[in-house]
Amino acid sequence: MTDSPGSDGAGPVGGEAVDGAGPADSTGPVDSTGPVDGAGPVIETRGLTKRFRGGQLAVDRLDLTVPAGSVFGFLGPNGSGKTTTIRMLLGLIEPTAGSAALLGRPVPRAARAVLPQVGALIEGPALYGYLTGRDNLVRYDAADPSADPRTRGARVAAALDRVGLGAAAGKRARAYSLGMKQRLGLASALLRPRRLLVLDEPTNGLDPQGMREIRSLVRELAADGTTVFLSSHLLDEIEQVCTHVAVMTGGRLITQGTVAGLAAGVRGRLGVTTPDPGEAARVLKERGATDVVVTESRLTCEAPPDADLAELNAALVLAGVRVRAFGPERASLEDAFVALTGEGFDVAG
Amino acid sequence: MSRAEPTGRAPAAPAARAPRPWWTLGLLRSELALTFGRARTLALLGVLAAVPVLIGVAVKTETGGGGGVSDAGAAHGPAFLTQLTNNGLFLVFAALAATLPVFLPMAVGVVAGDAIAGEAHGGTLRYLLVAPAGRTRLLLVKYAATMVFCLVATAVVAVSALVVGALLFPLGDVTTISGTRISFGDGLIRALLIALVVAASLIGLAALGLFVSTLTNSGIAAMAATVGLLITVQILDTVPQLHAIQPYLFSHYWLSFADLLRAPFYWDDIVKNLEIQALYAAVFGSAAWARFTTRDITA
Repeated sequence: MTDSPGSDGAGPVGGEAVDGAGPADSTGPVDSTGPVDGAGPVIETRGLTKRFRGGQLAVDRLDLTVPAGSVFGFLGPNGSGKTTTIRMLLGLIEPTAGSAALLGRPVPRAARAVLPQVGALIEGPALYGYLTGRDNLVRYDAADPSADPRTRGARVAAALDRVGLGAAAGKRARAYSLGMKQRLGLASALLRPRRLLVLDEPTNGLDPQGMREIRSLVRELAADGTTVFLSSHLLDEIEQVCTHVAVMTGGRLITQGTVAGLAAGVRGRLGVTTPDPGEAARVLKERGATDVVVTESRLTCEAPPDADLAELNAALVLAGVRVRAFGPERASLEDAFVALTGEGFDVAG
Repeated sequence: MSRAEPTGRAPAAPAARAPRPWWTLGLLRSELALTFGRARTLALLGVLAAVPVLIGVAVKTETGGGGGVSDAGAAHGPAFLTQLTNNGLFLVFAALAATLPVFLPMAVGVVAGDAIAGEAHGGTLRYLLVAPAGRTRLLLVKYAATMVFCLVATAVVAVSALVVGALLFPLGDVTTISGTRISFGDGLIRALLIALVVAASLIGLAALGLFVSTLTNSGIAAMAATVGLLITVQILDTVPQLHAIQPYLFSHYWLSFADLLRAPFYWDDIVKNLEIQALYAAVFGSAAWARFTTRDITA
């Protein structure tokens, strides 16, 4: 699962290790499926903790590991500490305890060396309303010490095109809609090729079409080998684009792993559509099904652990139950989340 | 993008090329373009440019009959207005003396107070820092841009006054405060010197404003606090019972620039003024640095 989507280029690390970095390299061109110096995780935190001055514990001993090449979903209700974590990773907030490393280097100590390779969208876009979209990007690019001013114009134009703002580049940002601002924020994260993108709620304020576009942009970037760290409170968003996921609630990490693994950890339920739900429930209960929920023309239940679903279906039909549809329901991330927290997905108090 | 990545755990400074030594200048240029491209800055400069026009026109209409002008309005400033009708160059001195106590420092207070707090308020600060601009560098660039604003604001007053003075009044040899006469060319050089000293007089306030700006996430609050401090200090400077602390107020020696119109120059108070400005810049510059480099950016 760790293999990146489209590991061909492995992006930034590509097979350009031409400089004969020593005899150890003699095995020839690096087998570029895995990042070379990034064999380790792209983000790694150990016991990362933030207690604000008011005494509020925003992040509590976080051990997070984001593998290279993943699209990592960072999931949690509003107020669960996602943004505080992201701010600590980017050196904006000093951790109270613990450590964090980005691209193998400690932050905030090595922030100046690491951050040019990291594009970020933090808690929504922030723009100079009196500057045009293009000038906003020029301004942010000028703040990057390692950005080449000679290629600035071209890079800004490319970033604007990539997020579909090419036509509105000359308009003042003040006049942008929320969705356009969000796109401009994304463009600033894409001013240079990045090894890591940290996107905090990137689809906020976008219409469904815009959301789709952002998702396909994220997939595209991931296919280029960029690791994407995506925070969201939208379960289906994470489910659609992410390979990995970590779940936070109340400042603590409850779980992390692959999306598939997490959903697999939750047993799917058996769903039966039938005009005779009462009779069906009786038959299934006889066979050991539990937690049977019956609605008008449908029934769901926990199938007995060792049951063969084909046998169950045969038993239903044998008992004269008319079955319209029969099959396991795939466990969603939401099921996994509820199973993990034992609670709904509400704003943390 | 030549990204020859060292393999292994070598001290890789991978895609991040060594920062260009002059990139700070690039950031400064961006900062200056931002500051002087803003409608607010241009409005402030416009107001400053209007002051000499007002003074010039007022004096011209008052003395239209050829009579002298009473110097009552400039009770605590140097007596420049009396000379104005004889020599337009004196409008430069009169305008600087009129704007230094209030208009100039207020404009500087707005720009300095908004420097960091305004970026924090708009949220742009976090993106600059993640770029990564570097906190110390950003602060230095902000301070440098504020000082450039001090210089430009003073120059706007001086140039506007020179133009208005030349249009409304005759130009010619200059009579110094000491009573000697110097040529018009010498007078111009002294005007330039005075403008530089006036601009330098604002350095302390700029540092103070920058420090206030690092304390809050509200640009308006920082501007108001800086201008409030300015007014408070000016009031303290007029209370006789406080004469013990007055030499340490940043505005105490502001009007000493008139000493440059003596022959020979009288440097003592000007040097004291510059010392105070340097002291304020050092103290509040360090305080701003200590605060800004350690604070959590939550806006």
